[in-house]
Amino acid sequence: MSRDRYTRFRKFHQAKWDEEIIFELSVPGERGVLVPKAEAAVAQEVGDGVSVLGALKRNQAPGLPEVSQMRVNRHYLRLSQETMGTDVNIDISQGTCTMKYSPKVQEHMAARHPGIAEVHPLQDAETMQGVLEIIYKTEQLMKEISGLDYFSFQPGGGAHGVYTNASVIRAYHQSRGDYKRDEIITTMFSHPCDAATPNTAGFKVITLMPDENGFPPLDAFKAALSERTAGIMITNPEDTGIYNPRIREYVDAAHAVGALCSYDQANANAFLGIARAKEAGFDMCHFNMHKTFSAPHGCMGPATGAVGYKEFLSPFMPVPRVEFDGSKYVLNYNCPQSIGKTRSFLGNFGVILKSYMWIMQHGAEGLKEAAICSVLNNNYMMKKLKDTKGVVMYYDFGVGKNRLEQVRWSWEKLQQDTGFGTGDVNQRLSDFGIQHYWTSHHPWVVPEPFTLEPCESYSKDDLDEYCGVLAEISRECYEEPEVIKGAPHNGPTHRVKHPEINDEELIAVTWRQYLRKKGLKK
Amino acid sequence: MKKLGLIVNPVAGMGGRVGLKGSDGAEIQKRARELGAKPESPLRAIEALKVIARLKDQVEIITYPYEMGEVEAREAGFDPRVIGSINSGETNPEDTMQAAQDMVAAGVDIILFAGGDGTARNIYTAVGSGSDIPVLGIPAGVKIHSAVYAINPKSAGEAAALFLEGKAVNIREAEVMDIDEDAFREGRLSAQLYGYLNVPENKKYVQSVKSGARSEKAEVQGIAAEIVANMQDDAIYVIGPGTTTRSIMQKLELPYTLLGVDVVLNKQILANDVNEQQLYEFVKGKKTHIVVTAIGGQGHIFGRGNQQISPRVIRDAGKENITVVASRDKLVSIMPRPLLVDTGDPELDRQLSGYYRIVAGWQDTLMYKVGTE
Repeated sequence: MSRDRYTRFRKFHQAKWDEEIIFELSVPGERGVLVPKAEAAVAQEVGDGVSVLGALKRNQAPGLPEVSQMRVNRHYLRLSQETMGTDVNIDISQGTCTMKYSPKVQEHMAARHPGIAEVHPLQDAETMQGVLEIIYKTEQLMKEISGLDYFSFQPGGGAHGVYTNASVIRAYHQSRGDYKRDEIITTMFSHPCDAATPNTAGFKVITLMPDENGFPPLDAFKAALSERTAGIMITNPEDTGIYNPRIREYVDAAHAVGALCSYDQANANAFLGIARAKEAGFDMCHFNMHKTFSAPHGCMGPATGAVGYKEFLSPFMPVPRVEFDGSKYVLNYNCPQSIGKTRSFLGNFGVILKSYMWIMQHGAEGLKEAAICSVLNNNYMMKKLKDTKGVVMYYDFGVGKNRLEQVRWSWEKLQQDTGFGTGDVNQRLSDFGIQHYWTSHHPWVVPEPFTLEPCESYSKDDLDEYCGVLAEISRECYEEPEVIKGAPHNGPTHRVKHPEINDEELIAVTWRQYLRKKGLKK
Repeated sequence: MKKLGLIVNPVAGMGGRVGLKGSDGAEIQKRARELGAKPESPLRAIEALKVIARLKDQVEIITYPYEMGEVEAREAGFDPRVIGSINSGETNPEDTMQAAQDMVAAGVDIILFAGGDGTARNIYTAVGSGSDIPVLGIPAGVKIHSAVYAINPKSAGEAAALFLEGKAVNIREAEVMDIDEDAFREGRLSAQLYGYLNVPENKKYVQSVKSGARSEKAEVQGIAAEIVANMQDDAIYVIGPGTTTRSIMQKLELPYTLLGVDVVLNKQILANDVNEQQLYEFVKGKKTHIVVTAIGGQGHIFGRGNQQISPRVIRDAGKENITVVASRDKLVSIMPRPLLVDTGDPELDRQLSGYYRIVAGWQDTLMYKVGTE
């Protein structure tokens, strides 16, 4: 994509078309694949292949789109050209998501290698030794990275991992006859799943609000602790990018009342190879393999929340556990105190494989370098963005002056000066070939927020371009408000009103809903 | 074309700069002028209107003559439609009320007004709680206990503009409060909750899916479910005023008073809208729980709008039996200031200070500090 000689901004334009929904392409009777009728000999054995369904047979054919192969191909290729993401643009917008480069060889291995792609999860363990070996070896690597003793890769995402850990916390206390512990403590700047998933698991959740320094107040934490506290689930550094240097005091205080400490390490890119859950005193942790360990993610796609435990918690881990008996790898289901299975089969094996490859490609020093580089990138960007008109950095004093891998920024000043807030800037970003940024979890403690995480993958030129775009948009807000009002300009659709897309009465998430709401079909 | 009703209370805020603790009443206004007070609210109104000026061609301003809005609108670059009549230089609360009624009759989309708590009260009296027309205050008065005000004139203008543009169309109920100025001048603070007016939600955009943002309404329903599920048999429940606590009474399907204190026992109503004496008779010597929420723009849990729950009532119940309920958004709007207690009994206020588990949803609490200032 060519760039302006002077400003270095890209002459970007999104796809000019607004691709139709595949249902709109449907032509009755058109087929992609014509399924042959059963041969006479087969039919004689099993009938026509339909009548055996009996009561399971549909009364009506499913309302699938009827489109030929070639048109399907064109449709999806055109759709793919309308997207933005890591493989198309500078994707440091998705703070807390760690949108790093995912080497394509990983994809090739996971999707095409016959030893991987052709394995069925219900095969006998003896016939998929290679798969089990990779899971086992990844566990050994994660043990070293965290300092903890055992890992499971069953959970299908970070929040699922936290849910699993909440379940393990309960199983541990109950195994000791302690049924009264029903409270989990977390913090406002921890990931919301640290509150939401224990709540779903049946715990009462206490959230600590940040003090004027951005930290959860230690005295509030101590006031919340009691003999009812089952555990704490906490992120560090929090989503502000500030590392809580007193974390050990929180952990010790929790242990003193008999609670367990679970470390949400979704932000592990900040300290990979430098700090470990074990030395911070935690009993358990989780990593997002799809973030920190590069296996790509997005659009709720496949993910893995790797959950790690100290020895004394291992009896409660999910099953099956992958073990090595000296000659072969086995699946151990014989764990009577286990919380049970948390996901089908062996978890998202493709993600485990990609993470394993990424760790092996980097080695111990490489992991550390990735963290250092991502902190350096963030601090470089911080210096540049701080000088951008309208930008405010909250908690910019004391410990908060130094950030690790990300910053939760604010356009508060811009909003006060010009009336344009973070939503307006976000709309304009795509005109420069950059996908919208992530604002903040709810509620917006930092007003008019945007969260940027320039992990190790991006070059100085990328960071300069990104900061330059934000500075340009800020200038436009102050000097050319009309440009912002109408943005985005270089795309097939213009601004979508937010209340409308949030209105359950108006939006349609399926074709059938669309037809009904448009009054086209009952 | 959208219609904006504009009301400026030109004398609001005059008493503040000269130390008069308010501007209600002709006599006080005269004294304020003698002390050299200058009108504050016209300047603040202009500041807010300048933000809206970007919609000049899309919005018609309907306002009252001279200093009650006409002058300010013109100063900000609008060509307003002027209705009604006043005696310039001698405006009074009746003018504010008449103006509000005339604007409702004129079918405005929103009423923007500049003033203080007294002005908000006049508007409330005029349009009532039944009105669908949202209002928004430009803070210009000495006393701002009401929650119908934006944090400053600029954000008032911005919120009104977003509402008129259709970008922020959600509405919430906000408290109208006022204190007795004469008592205040004598050193007593007596704030009363007069009612609720609809104001545009100040959050500009709904948050993206990842935030898992629940609506404040859903949160409040969760709060009600949590309180009701934990109600103990044979204990008196004192339910304070407010929209958050109202949800508890609705969940119980009991009659309630939005502005008053209701008493519940075994999920049945004992009494609605009790005064302090009646309340004390109910709770005296009995196992009692008090459920209150943050009232007004300052976030008071005791001492503003719920004085019926007096020091002796609170003492009788005990600090451990006080439950504070509030949505996340409410607490964030108060952060980093603590929630406040001002019972009129400094010793009790000190005892009530400290961290509370604020009930913010179903099995969901937030640790938050309660203080005295």
